[in-house]
Amino acid sequence: MRLDPDGGPLLVDGPVEVVTEDGTTHFSHRPTVALCTCRRSARYPWCDTSHRARAPERADAPDSPEEEPR
Amino acid sequence: MTTPARSRLTRPRLPEPRGPVSAGVVEALRSGGSPVTDGAEATADPYGEDLQLALYVLYELHYQGFAGAPADDSREWDPELLALRATLEQPFLAALRADAERPASAAAALDALLVEPAGHRPGSVSHHLRRTHRLPELREYAALRSLYHLKEADPHAWMIPRLRGRAKAGLAAVEYDEFGAGRAEDVHARLYAELMAELGLDPAYGHYLDAAPAAALATVNLMSLFGLHRALRGALVGHFAAVEVTSSPGSRRLADALRKAGAGPAAVRFYEEHVEADAVHEQVVRRDVVAGLLADEPELDADVAFGVAATSLLEDRLGALLLDAWTQDRSALLPGHHADAVARPA
Ligand code: FES
Ligand SMILES: [Fe+2]
Ligand SMILES: [Fe+2]
Repeated sequence: MRLDPDGGPLLVDGPVEVVTEDGTTHFSHRPTVALCTCRRSARYPWCDTSHRARAPERADAPDSPEEEPR
Repeated sequence: MTTPARSRLTRPRLPEPRGPVSAGVVEALRSGGSPVTDGAEATADPYGEDLQLALYVLYELHYQGFAGAPADDSREWDPELLALRATLEQPFLAALRADAERPASAAAALDALLVEPAGHRPGSVSHHLRRTHRLPELREYAALRSLYHLKEADPHAWMIPRLRGRAKAGLAAVEYDEFGAGRAEDVHARLYAELMAELGLDPAYGHYLDAAPAAALATVNLMSLFGLHRALRGALVGHFAAVEVTSSPGSRRLADALRKAGAGPAAVRFYEEHVEADAVHEQVVRRDVVAGLLADEPELDADVAFGVAATSLLEDRLGALLLDAWTQDRSALLPGHHADAVARPA
């Protein structure tokens, strides 16, 4: 198990079963699973990168690659 | 139309040439002879249609090859084709090095990507698509991206023999997930073929090559270039990290766009899977692959940073082309019958 030093998810080896506060059991068969620790994830208990810092809107914001999965 | 499960069983037709260099390459493959280009590669625009298509075709010999090129399988290591490829790679790499930003370090380059904009970001394709959620744009986007996603994670596998220890273990863990973690039906390239079929696109491997402008080909050529040269392993690690870091939030926007456009569950699934998978991949790539490589070979820091910056450069070029076309109600695809088939909703 590894904790992200920057306030991100807890990485655990899968498959895992997580029981959330409301008693629901969530299952993931991923080899590595990122558990949300910030509570902001829309896919809680899994991390969806919602923990990231947000930049205010700026017209001259630095460019970044077009967020394309792989 | 090819079924998703058979996507990778088909070989694309040799494409229509876009100038003297690509004509020489295509003809060499069709005839089995030597490439004749009359030195046109010396003056070809490194980002142009002719050079990028020629490079794309030459790189494809290392993946799946082409139909209608009989001796194709044996030409992967043809010395004349490899020599020509090298003369095309040099100006492409030189242009990337000249035009990409120079981040202070690999860490600085990646940290900049870890900050999400608070709202709509103009100039971002995924932000645009989430806002407009127009099916014709989403179908064009899916057709163009198919050149990579139908071989998703393949070029990164070339990194494996060049890494060791922590970096190798981390890369292999991510690749295992990309390749379905032991389940053929979960291979990401297969999920993408399902997305295409759901959108009424032909999921046959390479089907949309003729419709893809150079700016789209260049994003795939970048991975092949970095992947096929051990000397560029640092750049490939940087590219890999840049894509994994930016993918999860972008995938959420694309999943939203498809849902709002009324696309079916198989189309949404590809991007939803990447919201979650790439939240994991990002962590593993930064902590193990990038940090592991730089612990072993700290002198590669600038190369990793270059890989991140070159990825941003080419993605921005493609994004500008797409948004320019769509905001003027034009197709972003090259004209031709494949493009027509995309523009017409299924
Ligand atoms: S830790 Fe990543 S979304 Fe909460
Ligand atoms: Fe993937
Ligand atoms: Fe990934």
